[in-house]
Amino acid sequence: MRNLRVLLLGWALHFKMLSRSSFNSVLAILYPGFFATVAFFLYREGSPHALLYASLGASVMGIWGATSTSAGAALQRERWHGTLELLVASPAPFSLVMLPVTLAMSTIGLYSMAATLLWGRLAFGISLHVAHPLLFGLAVVATVMSIGMAGFLLAVTFVRYRTAWALGNLLEYPVWLVCGFLVPISLFPGWVRPISWLLAPTWGMRAIREGATGSGSYVDVAVCAAIGAGYAIIGALVVGRLLQAARERATLALT
Amino acid sequence: MTSVVEVRDLRRTYRTSTGIIRRRSIEIEAVRGVSFEIAQGELFGLLGPNGAGKTTTIKMLITLLIPTSGTARVLGLDVVKDAQEVRKRIGYVFGGERGLYERLSAYDNLRYFAELYAVPPREQKQRIASLLDLVGLTGREKERVEGYSRGMRQRLHIARGLLHDPPVVFLDEPTIGVDPVGARELRATIASLTQAGKTVLLTTHYMFEADSLCSRIAVINKGQIVAEGTPSDLKSIVADRTVVEIETFGIAEETIDRLRKAPGVTSIAVEERDQAQVLLVQSAKGLELTQTLLAMLDGTTVGRVAAREPTLEDAYVALVDSVEDA
Repeated sequence: MRNLRVLLLGWALHFKMLSRSSFNSVLAILYPGFFATVAFFLYREGSPHALLYASLGASVMGIWGATSTSAGAALQRERWHGTLELLVASPAPFSLVMLPVTLAMSTIGLYSMAATLLWGRLAFGISLHVAHPLLFGLAVVATVMSIGMAGFLLAVTFVRYRTAWALGNLLEYPVWLVCGFLVPISLFPGWVRPISWLLAPTWGMRAIREGATGSGSYVDVAVCAAIGAGYAIIGALVVGRLLQAARERATLALT
Repeated sequence: MTSVVEVRDLRRTYRTSTGIIRRRSIEIEAVRGVSFEIAQGELFGLLGPNGAGKTTTIKMLITLLIPTSGTARVLGLDVVKDAQEVRKRIGYVFGGERGLYERLSAYDNLRYFAELYAVPPREQKQRIASLLDLVGLTGREKERVEGYSRGMRQRLHIARGLLHDPPVVFLDEPTIGVDPVGARELRATIASLTQAGKTVLLTTHYMFEADSLCSRIAVINKGQIVAEGTPSDLKSIVADRTVVEIETFGIAEETIDRLRKAPGVTSIAVEERDQAQVLLVQSAKGLELTQTLLAMLDGTTVGRVAAREPTLEDAYVALVDSVEDA
């Protein structure tokens, strides 16, 4: 019960902090909007189905972007503000402290998702008819959660390696491609597919599209959630060792 | 004496590397064999100049850094092996503007840390209210921290460090950069901690602060403790000396070096006060050096000159200088 309170309060307060940054909020809407616009132009000559494919893909790009780049930046910000040391020095398990931070980031990504879908509707006339609302809703929740957990796995490595925050930026675009946000995975060489399968957003993306078109099942949602949970478990298992190394090498502070 | 904090031959080396093509590893010994004990209910001061090893020592004690060698125990618990148990029993407050969530209110900051420190939900509201009252922030708790003054932030830091009512509190330069009135209020709050039965380790480089608050002081320089005792013990180190304060304007470094070598001068410290540089010249008691010193300052604009009894600060300067000279 106590752990749940730490998770919920941590999520609520970090979400509050992220929402209060007007610069970040505008960026969370504008930044994916640019990429979505490019995608809409690329797919404009195709069928309405292709445009919906691009619209949903671009909307999930926003959630991933909000987490992958922000997870590292957030850790660096905690380090810069001196709060990282205070979080580590608290008796709460560090996983329970860090997980709500990245979950709050992926939740902020929902702004991007909504803005992208709205932009598609207003500027390009792409209407989103959700054929299977329950599946669609569950798929969005599972995708947000699993991306938040992927962010958590990244964030725990940033605790140990002071400059690893740049890795988050590096991962943004490859994941867009490999997870099939804009182009089908089937277009890539065969060796790419196992990588795609290991990434939860691949399954989440598929489930969201299937929820919208009404052609899918709950299996993709379950796989997405399971892989996301796997990231969280791996993160929780390695965090102790990484923290120990950070305390040995003095990387918790800024200098 | 029941020791709440026991430090034995504590050492900490930082390893860093420089260069891009030819990387070179550098080792810096920040703490070199520090030992001390703090008794139950004591307010113990750790004094030293910047880079002396104060913060590194405190960070090892609060489990944020692992010592390279030596041992440290807090309430009988080893800071490396029993880190989690130590964390439950200690509070940590550091100086400066960092360590708070700026976009949250003071109340939200305290609520978050109350949860992290497992303060029972039913007690949180009352505990936060009483701490806000203690640090004088009642009525301002709903405001975002980004609008707080430095003094208010520092008081909020203290409230955060006391949320779980820890028996041991570590204060790392808590009054740094705070205005004189704010610093005085903070010192009153710190003094009240020992009255509440808490054991406090305070690091500072403000001598009057250590003198007025601490029951015992250790002076640390270059990673080693150079003296330890009550403020009176430390003052007695320079009891056989006298101090001449000479106010100068635009004095050259070479002139200070020349004065330092003058016969009878034991040490010289320089304090910047607005446009003036005040020389604090220590010499043996009974030795009349004022005229000699003024003669050596020929060509430098000199203001007020006064002789006085040595203070704790003079003892500190003498101790630090003795290590520099060694």
